[in-house]
Amino acid sequence: MAESMKKRLNMCEGLAFVLVWGTAALVTATFCWLLGDLVWHGLSHVSWTFLTAPPENAGRRGGIGPILVSTALILGVCLAVALPIGIGTAVLLAEFTSDHSLFGRVTRRSLDVLAGVPSIVFGLFGNAFFCKTLGLGFSILSGGLTLACMVLPILIRSTEEGFRAVPTSYRLSAAALGLSRTTTLIHLVLPAAVPGLLVGLVLGVGRAIAETAALIFTSGYVDRMPESLLDSGRALSIHIFDLSMNVSGGDANAYASALVLVVLLLVINSTVSRLTAYGLQRKIMTV
Amino acid sequence: MTSSRSNTLFLWPTDRLLLWLLRGLAAIAGLIVVLIVAFLIVEALPALHHVGVLRFFTDPSWHPAEGFYNLTPMLWGTLFAMAGSVLIATPLGILSAVFCRYYAPLPLARPYRRLIELLAGIPSVVYGFWGLVVLVPLIGELHPPGPSLLAGILILTIMILPTIALMADASLANVPQQYIRGAAALGLPRWATIRGVVLPAAKSGLFTGVILETGRAIGETMAILMVCGNVVQTPSGIFDPIRTLTANIALEMAYALGDHRAALFVSGLVLMAMIVTLVVSAEWISRGRIYG
Repeated sequence: MAESMKKRLNMCEGLAFVLVWGTAALVTATFCWLLGDLVWHGLSHVSWTFLTAPPENAGRRGGIGPILVSTALILGVCLAVALPIGIGTAVLLAEFTSDHSLFGRVTRRSLDVLAGVPSIVFGLFGNAFFCKTLGLGFSILSGGLTLACMVLPILIRSTEEGFRAVPTSYRLSAAALGLSRTTTLIHLVLPAAVPGLLVGLVLGVGRAIAETAALIFTSGYVDRMPESLLDSGRALSIHIFDLSMNVSGGDANAYASALVLVVLLLVINSTVSRLTAYGLQRKIMTV
Repeated sequence: MTSSRSNTLFLWPTDRLLLWLLRGLAAIAGLIVVLIVAFLIVEALPALHHVGVLRFFTDPSWHPAEGFYNLTPMLWGTLFAMAGSVLIATPLGILSAVFCRYYAPLPLARPYRRLIELLAGIPSVVYGFWGLVVLVPLIGELHPPGPSLLAGILILTIMILPTIALMADASLANVPQQYIRGAAALGLPRWATIRGVVLPAAKSGLFTGVILETGRAIGETMAILMVCGNVVQTPSGIFDPIRTLTANIALEMAYALGDHRAALFVSGLVLMAMIVTLVVSAEWISRGRIYG
């Protein structure tokens, strides 16, 4: 009896071992397949000319120069709006609001919901509010503002964590010296919270340049070089979408663009993990 | 910091100014959700007025040009794709977190976790593109036409797996060490410890992870739009092409006018309602009201 139970137990353990290792192998294999496919088909098309030249023949030939410029402009608008609002909110939540106050709880709840809103719904909202109601039309400005709404929750959360990681003794010492809260914030807490802030910034950038659905109906499809923020501009992710769905024979350039986008994101991703490690090591700040 | 609230007895005038500035900024951040819901409702109102709520479920078909607005085939599409991918991704994600924490040798665990983080960062349009050029032709060979519910489920699975894997990993890390030592003292082997001790202790974190991945699966647009075929029909098998609510918005928003446009905003409202329900239930669970 005991013998057969032990046998069954051993079988369970063996099965679990195979399952767990199998899962890990499957995930790794899928990842390698995806990345390998992109590199294999994309790498031969990526060159300096590809990165700078304008697209020709609806993107079948030529490069992605204007598209990279549009992407950067959209990102710039997004950050210029999201950073002040995001940092301000994070400071308020971490430094000036107790966890149980009504204002703090309501703001947090609303940001939690905002974080879950599907990107296409952001697209609908951006189209109705920025393009139509505010009259900005299909433009880089509308796209950037829509993205700003989208990256706020992620930006606020990591910035707030950065502020919470600053030791309380900093604030107590400053208060004992009779410094105002504003001075304490600007000269002591803010510099010490920079690592968290950078992580939030980089995560926000990553989310923003990966986005497609929110941009289709806000920043538009036009693939010319944008002349002002009120021009329509095509983001890199939309370029990939358009080439693969609407342009027959665009696969080669779509592969190359996808490779550029993934490499950009890998760089961003590894910056985050560097910064996190850096923030953990750095305990003492010089002002 | 809560403790710093009471450690200065008074606020300087500059502090008051700063506080009001910060409150203003936070109010903007907090009001975006309200603004989104308000605009969805305002834009959806014409359709709700002219068409009525009931007809979104009872009309014979989705033909906005002829005034038919039946959303149910798209709702089924969304639900099937979500259910399929969550059913596959949940066990895979949890097992992959278990691998990271309890099975992998140390030099393997760190790179594996980095790999999952990288997967989480890849844009949906790249997953969609890969699905379109690699997965869809493979499925097409197996059972034509190729673009299908199955392709959607597989792509969604790959996309939401990192979410659940990272959440599960974090909640496994929070299981108290004594539990595991206790199990080891009883002589329990590895899998028995995980099944009997670790997973029950991490339950509420795992549930939150499942809810988050469900939200991602519902909201995903581009990848599913690229691999699912986008035929408006209630699927009768996994090889049938489908169209989801999100894909419908992305496809028709470009030329929709009048009631048709308003109907798309109604589907936006439906999506929003699903997400709010999920977020609220996630909060309940993580507070431990349901699952201790």
